[in-house]
Amino acid sequence: MDDIRALSAQLAQDPGSLIFLRLGEALRRKSQLDAALRVAINGLERHPHLADAHDLYARVLTDKHDYERAFDEWDMAVRIAPNHTGALKGLAFLYFKVGDLAQAEAHLEAARRVEPDDPSLEQAFAMIRGGGEAAPAPSPPPAATAPHPLDETRVFAGLEGANEGLLLIDGAGRVLGGALRDASGANVTDAVAAYLAGVSQEAARTAKLLGLGAWNGLSAEGQHGNVHLGQPAPDALLLVVRDRGMPLGRLAILAQRATILARRWLERQGGGGA
Amino acid sequence: MSAALDLITRVRGVRGAMLVSADDGLVVEEQLMEGIKGPAVAALASSLAGRLRRAMQAGGLGAGVFWHLQAEQGALLVVPAPGEGGIIVVAVAEPDVNIGLVRLELLRAAEAVG
Repeated sequence: MDDIRALSAQLAQDPGSLIFLRLGEALRRKSQLDAALRVAINGLERHPHLADAHDLYARVLTDKHDYERAFDEWDMAVRIAPNHTGALKGLAFLYFKVGDLAQAEAHLEAARRVEPDDPSLEQAFAMIRGGGEAAPAPSPPPAATAPHPLDETRVFAGLEGANEGLLLIDGAGRVLGGALRDASGANVTDAVAAYLAGVSQEAARTAKLLGLGAWNGLSAEGQHGNVHLGQPAPDALLLVVRDRGMPLGRLAILAQRATILARRWLERQGGGGA
Repeated sequence: MSAALDLITRVRGVRGAMLVSADDGLVVEEQLMEGIKGPAVAALASSLAGRLRRAMQAGGLGAGVFWHLQAEQGALLVVPAPGEGGIIVVAVAEPDVNIGLVRLELLRAAEAVG
């Protein structure tokens, strides 16, 4: 705690310094995640092109189980600094969590090329290859997030009935997975699903008749939220809903990832949709 | 109204822009490149806009502000004009168009005709 006080004092004296990285990490390790998040965000505002700042923010987000944003932040860190091993290991960890072992291994390999003597990498490789019963997460390990063995039910948790703004339906508007609630908490899943089937048919008809080829996505901004509609399979639709704070471009990236996961999920159910 | 469409068609990659009556899908004003069938675009865009509006309202997302249909060989972009007129502003674009710029011009045009 003394460390945190000292680091806080130093940061207060020099708000533009990089002390925030140490302070944020110290807070994260003490599981003071909200405070760590504030420090990371403030640091990012001052140093938006610093890969370490994105890495810190991603670690805190991971501890808070906000894996989508954590992915974005680590992805950004690697774009800024392609050899950032913390970000590479973080991405490997997230790929591992969603069951994409090939990508997890590829990112660990990239990290090993930069730091061949890092012992945590061998542990991470062992975890991936052995099912992950005992090995730790790629370092730096998120404080509150021990890795789990690949669990099929968690791979697409948002479509397992959780209210995460994901809705998967078949071509007739029947719900395959996910749920939606409006701002008051009312379940609007069935109503939206019924309308969406019509939207999909109309989108396909419009694109075809205008000579635009097959449609591959429909984004919309609403007064109270943004949505993206994609097609993970010919007879299936995936709706991703987020608040207006998430710009449409970022929502489209998120939706692309969700569509890939939905496609795999559908394949595991034994069909490509309805 | 024509000036409002000029804003949109000036953007590189935009193949045409239209003002469409949302209620009946009829063309109000159009500036389209050769080969684009205005009445068909108008009818389809208004129908799709209507369905999307109902889906978004059912989801508690409020009225649509902008929507963008992405396809292999192009895009359709729509902004409803404010007010009671029931006009939607529509653009047909190439696949590599600057979507952000078209969106801005659609919003400006919608403001102008609303």
